[in-house]
Amino acid sequence: MPIRTVRAAVALAVVALAAGASSAAFAAKTLVYCSEGSPEGFNPQFFTTGTTADASSVPIYNRLVEFEIGTTNIVPGLAESWTAAPDGLSYTFKLRKGVKFHSNAKFTPTRDFNADDVLFSYNRMADPSHPFAKVTPGQTYAYFDDMGMKDIVDHVEKVDPMTVKFVLKKPEAPFMADMAMDFASILSAEYADKMMAAKTPDVIDREPIGTGPFQFVSYQKDAVIRYKAFDQHWGGRPKIDNLVYAITTDASVRFAKLKTGECHAMAFPKPADVALMQNDPNINLVQQPGLNVGYISFNVEKKPFDSKLVRQALNMAVNKKAILNNVFQGAGAIAKNPIPSTLWSYNDKIQDYPYDPAKAKALLAQAGYPNGVDVELWYLPVTRPYNPDGKRMAELIQQDWEKVGVRTKLITYEWGEYRKRTKTGEHHAVMFGWSGDNGDPDNFFVPLLGCAAVKGGGNSARWCNDGFEKLIQNAKLATRQADRAGFYVKAQEIFHDEAPWIPIAHSVRFDPIRKDVVGYKMDATAHHFFNKVDMTGQ
Amino acid sequence: MVSFLLKRLGLVVPTFLGITLLVFALIRLIPGDPVEALSGERGMAPERYQRLIHEFGLDRPLAVQYGEYVWRALRGDLGISVVTHEPVFAEFAARFPATVELSLVAIVFAIVVGVPAGIVAAVKRNTAWDYTVMGASLTGYSMPIFWWGLLLILAFSVGLGWTPVSGRLAIQYDIAPVTGFMLVDSLLAADKGAFRSALSHLVLPAIALGTIPLAVIARMTRSSMLEVLREDYVRTARAKGAGRLRVVAVHALRNALIPVVTTVGLQVGTLFAGAILTETIFAWPGVGKWLVEAIHRRDYAAVQGGILCTATIIIAVNLVVDVLYGVINPRIRRS
Repeated sequence: MPIRTVRAAVALAVVALAAGASSAAFAAKTLVYCSEGSPEGFNPQFFTTGTTADASSVPIYNRLVEFEIGTTNIVPGLAESWTAAPDGLSYTFKLRKGVKFHSNAKFTPTRDFNADDVLFSYNRMADPSHPFAKVTPGQTYAYFDDMGMKDIVDHVEKVDPMTVKFVLKKPEAPFMADMAMDFASILSAEYADKMMAAKTPDVIDREPIGTGPFQFVSYQKDAVIRYKAFDQHWGGRPKIDNLVYAITTDASVRFAKLKTGECHAMAFPKPADVALMQNDPNINLVQQPGLNVGYISFNVEKKPFDSKLVRQALNMAVNKKAILNNVFQGAGAIAKNPIPSTLWSYNDKIQDYPYDPAKAKALLAQAGYPNGVDVELWYLPVTRPYNPDGKRMAELIQQDWEKVGVRTKLITYEWGEYRKRTKTGEHHAVMFGWSGDNGDPDNFFVPLLGCAAVKGGGNSARWCNDGFEKLIQNAKLATRQADRAGFYVKAQEIFHDEAPWIPIAHSVRFDPIRKDVVGYKMDATAHHFFNKVDMTGQ
Repeated sequence: MVSFLLKRLGLVVPTFLGITLLVFALIRLIPGDPVEALSGERGMAPERYQRLIHEFGLDRPLAVQYGEYVWRALRGDLGISVVTHEPVFAEFAARFPATVELSLVAIVFAIVVGVPAGIVAAVKRNTAWDYTVMGASLTGYSMPIFWWGLLLILAFSVGLGWTPVSGRLAIQYDIAPVTGFMLVDSLLAADKGAFRSALSHLVLPAIALGTIPLAVIARMTRSSMLEVLREDYVRTARAKGAGRLRVVAVHALRNALIPVVTTVGLQVGTLFAGAILTETIFAWPGVGKWLVEAIHRRDYAAVQGGILCTATIIIAVNLVVDVLYGVINPRIRRS
């Protein structure tokens, strides 16, 4: 789904003037990106943070399939095409021919990418007895585990050197989206063999070799990561020659560096700086609604939230517009569904509960609480991408609820403790949120509202509705997207009526880029891609 | 002298034990644990959580964990970072030169500016000079580093464009670390441009970090100088006709500097504490920034190891200062 704001911003970038104050002249085109933190490592199989993905899977690696930049549509990557078996129990990928791997001081590839690389990359994560399963101490395949891949994929077969078949344990439509995620990056089996022969197998995780648009050059801890354009990249060589990540943890300092031209792009601006960036003649502020949702969930196992009327009443009692202005400072969109509007199957026909304290009060009385009720609201102790200020949001909701007679006690814990306690269902109403992993609606509905997630703890409303559950399970089995969307559209109707949450907002993400960088597109999964950009004035 | 040395060394052992116990206990008192901190909204599968907790030895009794930590530390093994899976000592060693380089430049800046400022304030007591120096040092002492650092960046980097905003070296220079000291490495690489770049990157963080020690040194020099200037031998020196400059620079300064030397030694601790903030603001890849990150992530091994290393260095520096002080002033040794 193309996103208009991005298109407009890109168009703006194309006509942008060369910036006045540029850093020292280079012979080659070097783009400096001020990133927000140090990567945990360079093997995307081990880690789940966006910071690490930005430094590893994005520049260095490819997947069998990729997300089209700017959307969550799945497009060919290292696989040229794929077919799903009619029963949904296997997927066959035709691999791309002539794909080259990078080389470094220790390794020069002698062959192109083939099925062995796919098998190596996958089996390393899936098979605990694989020779590479535990070469780095303490490593785990976090994302692979978290996405439940062991319960989805039975095994992978090499049909011929350029064809692989993933055999599934059960039909699972979101499987294709999983294959585009960072953890599914393809590593070189030949490099692994060579390093194993040299008795230094862990080198493949520290000195990465991939097929991506940029080759890893060097990393100085907490300071600088250097990449250079990979001339033989299958998708065409990037237009810039060098890509440098200047690790700058403080958002104000990143902004200062962007202003002076010490970097050309930066990650995660402070909401308070956004207005300044908009007015800066040298900066292009690209924006896109984030693939996320911030919400309040009601623990339906506890009184008074076991009553649907109370949940609906509390939905009507919250002034979301005020929250958007005060907490998100305008950088958000009001949520009415559990998924953001950029996801396919978003049900726009749903009418959000209006802000109506009088009606809320009437509903509460109808539910048996004419004199109001005492509740607890747990609020986020940390800033999250979907919620810049949990405390402020909680205070606003407390005031709103007070007006309809609901007396709210605000509670919070340290972030780890908060998650631990909510998993056991200790809470009343709790503030949470979610950032999508792979752009499949399943990735919102199942982990947040599915019945299995009540036990797992991700379903903090502890709401298990048979009708809803049936729809989201059916959506896993169907392979055609249109059929799946139909199930999700209905599921959203049940969600709205049952009101296990108050969906609050979807935050908007901003990428500030200097105007001498052209062709930058924002990515829907919040990564930062520089393989298609060019630089004027260098 | 030997007994003095032994006595001082004897104090080091309980200090160390105290530090290990304190760090061990404090990091565990903060709610949350390193494995929990690795996961986000999704949470972590209970099996994986248990497996990691076991792998990092966090399921054993606290006393056993502490004993193991001390026993390993004694043999120089500080454990493995939970986040990067690399040895803590290697992580520390990779970042330590950056912190030392910054701290050295900062303390040199503090001494070079602070001592003369203190002398001027003492000699020109109760004049505009004195008030300016004392007022400025009080302001400098009271300025929070993170704010002062940002002000410096906004004024000199963004406003005037004289200095780079942050980092250690301009991006176009790629100097391979040999000693880890960027000034030395750029000279070794015979790259004048890189050396100039490294120097220009040091200016603002060194000022930000050196300001508090500067203020302390200036005030210390002033009061010590005032005291010495009142001494009889100074009057005698004046009486025998020594010039004003000679009296101050030769007769008075030497004696006035003794407490200042001690103060400088004590500032090493302040520098490390300040480095945590300075490095965060200026994206300086040193130990301070790394430790803050480790605390956020509840990386027990990194916090324990990092603080132990830092404490060792502070203790060592103070020991050297104490011994030197004893060498300079025989009265200390005897008491």
